[in-house]
Amino acid sequence: MGTPRTLYGKVWDRHVVDPGTADLLYVDVHLVHEATSAQAFAGLAEAEPRRGVRRPDLTLAVEDHNVPTDSLTVRDPVTLLQVGTLRQNCATHGIELYPHGHDRQGIVHVVGPELGIVQPGMSVVCGDSHTSTHGAFGALAFGVGTSDVEHVLATQTLALARAKTMAVEFVGVPPRGVQAKDLMLALLAEIGANGARGYAVEYRGEAIRNSSMEARMTICNLSIEAGARVGMIAPDEVTYEYLRDRPYAPVGDDWDAAVADWESLRTDDDATFDRVVHVDVSSLTPFVTWGTNPSQAVPLAEAVPHPDDFPDAEDRRAAERALEYMDLTPGTKMRDILVDVVFLGSCTNGRIEDLRQAAEVLRGRKIAAGVRMLVVPGSMTVRRQAEEEGLGKVFHDAGAEWRLAGCSMCLGMNPDRLAGAQRCASTSNRNYEGRQGTHARTHLVSPAVAAATAVAGHLAVPADLD
Amino acid sequence: MRPISGHTGTGIPLRRSGVDTDQIIPSGFCRSLRKTGYQDALFATWRVDPDFVLNDPERADASVLVTGPDFGTGSSREHAVWALRDWGIGAVIAPSFGDIFWRNALRNGLLAVRVPEQATTALLDLSEAEPWTPITVDLVGQQVRASDVVADFEIDADARQRLLLGRDEIELTLGKDDLIKAYERGRPRWLPRLGQDLVRADSHD
Ligand code: SF4
Repeated sequence: MGTPRTLYGKVWDRHVVDPGTADLLYVDVHLVHEATSAQAFAGLAEAEPRRGVRRPDLTLAVEDHNVPTDSLTVRDPVTLLQVGTLRQNCATHGIELYPHGHDRQGIVHVVGPELGIVQPGMSVVCGDSHTSTHGAFGALAFGVGTSDVEHVLATQTLALARAKTMAVEFVGVPPRGVQAKDLMLALLAEIGANGARGYAVEYRGEAIRNSSMEARMTICNLSIEAGARVGMIAPDEVTYEYLRDRPYAPVGDDWDAAVADWESLRTDDDATFDRVVHVDVSSLTPFVTWGTNPSQAVPLAEAVPHPDDFPDAEDRRAAERALEYMDLTPGTKMRDILVDVVFLGSCTNGRIEDLRQAAEVLRGRKIAAGVRMLVVPGSMTVRRQAEEEGLGKVFHDAGAEWRLAGCSMCLGMNPDRLAGAQRCASTSNRNYEGRQGTHARTHLVSPAVAAATAVAGHLAVPADLD
Repeated sequence: MRPISGHTGTGIPLRRSGVDTDQIIPSGFCRSLRKTGYQDALFATWRVDPDFVLNDPERADASVLVTGPDFGTGSSREHAVWALRDWGIGAVIAPSFGDIFWRNALRNGLLAVRVPEQATTALLDLSEAEPWTPITVDLVGQQVRASDVVADFEIDADARQRLLLGRDEIELTLGKDDLIKAYERGRPRWLPRLGQDLVRADSHD
């Protein structure tokens, strides 16, 4: 049987093309978008001799970071130049592209999985840090910079050193109303914004086994906020059921062969991790961030912490800076914080299940006067499904803006930005200074908390509305 | 890329931890299609403050950024590295870096070196007190030196070799085409292949 191996070790081993201090790994699917690829394609064209794309058939491109979500027409000249360049590059190299306006368009990390392009045991690379999302399928998935994008385009490989391994064991069953986002904010608060730096993380435990693929993707998505190289979850029946009949999933005999193979993708019982972290989720409550990195989070029922609460001098300084930027006073109840905008969307929480959870709270209710809520589906496929289920109408009736697919207000690169020092409850993944607009203040929340907050006008959980 | 054996310059002390790439270059500045011309975008929001260290006229020619742990975390944008380089920075010294940033830096010949926290703090103190003191990052000897502060650093042997020789990694990998082809022959046949729609569309016209 050989040496016991972790899931990470098994998936890694099957991609080694050329072993070394850094192993040359094969890339099964390369996801590309308009914001980090132009310079890579230009690099291929400028090389002597000119280089091509080795495997256009293993490459998929979408437009997501820059596109508007209120119109199917791109008018901004800079965006036009960016998407125009991507379209040209894809045409030149024969790469499949879902442009703005296409019925499969959406955020790269939502589109890949929902088409069945990401499968257990695969290696997935994208010029975007939240590529960790795809680890939810038991895939080895990681974000890279533009130079690495160019390397993958040219060679379909990447040289990397193996990471240390970390197991995150979620212990117990989370109470009702506690979502995947809360599990991860609680983990981040515990281990810190870079508590998993240099590690490949595998999420385990009953809470994971019981969770949907959407929840698993939320969890793996946020791995990068812990600084992890990758986040992974072993594939199981939930994974197979999600993949079955998706456009790019195997069919017939291939399906049976694939499932038989995927069954082997489990960490062996006697394999060891370099580090193990236990998080008891049985008494967890919804979490929300108060600061300017995702680990600066507390239960929503609690108050803004005091910098002196932090034993570490570095953390204290960071807390002081964060509180000043966020314009918050220690001791203020999180529930008393008023918001201007609520953003539901992003590759963290823009999938159908996220929209369902928010719609359940909004149904029959109105969002508070003076609050603006944007609901941005992660893809046009999600949008269609939400409309079929009547969710679009729920958002509309509640007074929210029901928009088109894209990264939207997650990153402040497209027209969806906060104005000035507006305060936002956001289901996205980064509450960094200026992330949603130059002076914007972001509180990261789950979809249910986002919806309740929109109705209450202040940070709130659904039970507060009864 | 040209070979690099090290970098010497005066310091820019940035006494902060967890500086993410959204701070190094806000996303609004990442919409250019070029790899150069990002100098004005570096720390754009922080630079509005006249007291920000990059605005110190005494540091106008400084080229070694010294900072706290977890520099360059967050977004994978390589623009962060391009902005530092375009500003004229040749080396960044910190106790730790975001993984993707670190890879991006070395790809562009920006020496991002991990030096223990104690030594980084000593360098911050030194550079604040004596802005004129040069700091050397010696890639050959794997050492950082400034006045009486000396610290060794570790670096991945392959990455170091590539920098010293100025080798193009894509070129190196293209040389392994036989190995890549051999690997490709063994891939399971059910793995997804994109672009079938393109092929179909073509065959219809
Ligand atoms: S939604 Fe946000 S985090 Fe996700 S890919 Fe888009 S910009 Fe990046």
